[in-house]
Amino acid sequence: MPNTTALPSVERLLPQVRELLGPKVLASHCHRGDETILVAPGEIVSVLAALRDDKGLDFDTLMDLCAVDHLPRRPRFEVVYHLVSLAKRQRLRVKVPVEEKSPSVPTVSGLWPGADWFEREAWDMYGIVFEGHPDLRRLLMYEQFEGHPLRRDYPVNRRQPLIGPRN
Amino acid sequence: MRDAPAATLDLEAGPREGEFYVNMGPQHPSTHGVLRLMLRMDGEVIREVIPHIGYLHRNHEKIAESRPYPQYIMFSDRLDYLASMNMNLGYCVAVERLCGIEVPERADFLRVIMAEFNRFASHLVWFGTYGLDIGAWTPMLFAFRERERIVDLFEAVCGARLTYSYMRIGGVAEDLPSGWIAKARETVAYLWPKLDEYDALLGHNVIFEKRTQGIGGLSPDQAIALGVTGPVLRSTGVRWDLRRDEPYSVYHRLDFEIPVGTTGDCHDRYLVRLAEMRQSLRIIEQALDMLPEGPIVAKVPKVLKPPKDAEVYVRTESPRGEYGVYLVSDGSANPHRLKIRAPSFSNLLCVAPTSIGLKIADLVAIVGSVDIVMGEVDR
Repeated sequence: MPNTTALPSVERLLPQVRELLGPKVLASHCHRGDETILVAPGEIVSVLAALRDDKGLDFDTLMDLCAVDHLPRRPRFEVVYHLVSLAKRQRLRVKVPVEEKSPSVPTVSGLWPGADWFEREAWDMYGIVFEGHPDLRRLLMYEQFEGHPLRRDYPVNRRQPLIGPRN
Repeated sequence: MRDAPAATLDLEAGPREGEFYVNMGPQHPSTHGVLRLMLRMDGEVIREVIPHIGYLHRNHEKIAESRPYPQYIMFSDRLDYLASMNMNLGYCVAVERLCGIEVPERADFLRVIMAEFNRFASHLVWFGTYGLDIGAWTPMLFAFRERERIVDLFEAVCGARLTYSYMRIGGVAEDLPSGWIAKARETVAYLWPKLDEYDALLGHNVIFEKRTQGIGGLSPDQAIALGVTGPVLRSTGVRWDLRRDEPYSVYHRLDFEIPVGTTGDCHDRYLVRLAEMRQSLRIIEQALDMLPEGPIVAKVPKVLKPPKDAEVYVRTESPRGEYGVYLVSDGSANPHRLKIRAPSFSNLLCVAPTSIGLKIADLVAIVGSVDIVMGEVDR
């Protein structure tokens, strides 16, 4: 298997995942060797817990969590989870669509403590609320920052008000 | 804009009876850049560590959305600036997979040689600064003396000494100048015996052992739950290295071992990194032997437009762990979304839980052993 690109778009895991999760899988696809499923926001905790605890799939690691802004498409946001099984050497991407109006997703920091900062970053950059997160503060920006900079409608050159010293 | 949900941090409430806060950083020499740690102390014993990051935040991901794919390579240098070659490599492989570009064989070998030299140089900087953290001055002088050789090699090939921007989408920027391979072999031969010197200087030093053994120990389950990767994960005994487990470039044709530790403490992280440096030299030697002739860059359109709605998550093994690049395309010449999954970002999470109940001096040993680079934590 040389370097780069020609990874077969063969579904290796998806049949097994669909069997495990049943109708919770809203859609699925396989592109460039990355297998992806789409689930509803309300189901995300139960879906990830099932994928983690299933002996055959064994997705023990949450490698990455991030949000994507698809403005002007609706639903506007997506939260993307990248799972890895270190033992079985396989990967799965789980996506959750999130509406622009009151964007919120249940937290998965109870399943993986490593999700803590990823979720804080997604809140900081996109304003997506992770319900039940123990400490959802801004992570990279400062408290007084106005807006969420990675949203597509946040202009690159927008200025922020000056903040004075804190007493 | 709506307000942030109520923070549960009890800093405003003040310290508890008999306890006090100590602010460490962001300008503290042992925090490796601009990491700020709030410590809740009981005497000299740490009760809680609250990390604050973001001091080096430049919003790379926003910058990437407003420029064509090839122009981000220069920014990827500034993520993990101690291993710019590895950062270039991960980003270029991601764009190539997104667009379906095949890289010429010679370019692949050149990339591996540069990436492994850079891994070695990056571990050297860690070795030197970790010595400083623990109170040993000499390792820094040794490490930078050797690193100079490697940086000279990079300078000969691309003109830069820190931010290389050497890789291109579809290959590399320049072929090797004449005499480079002989010089590289000479450097490898020079570096081999130095590693034993390091062990004698620092690794077997009694003070060093006392400061690091049994400090900051992580269990494999803890490490996996936190998303820790790289040498820190391998020091706990988990044999996981993307170069072997999910090979990219030409790593599947090279023979090397994945060193692991047993206890996951600071001393094991030292041992794993030193062993990794030996493996890097092995890889470089093989790659220099196998280096084929041929073109160094593939034919890539001037304006690169990947298919609409394509997305890839490409992971490569940087010196610090899994460096993931998640790219979403909207069919235009700019990325729709670029997410950098930085290894230091997740590795930093293991500092707070492992340092509770220890002293501040131990915290310095732990932060140093994790080997964070704030450039990629804050992005």
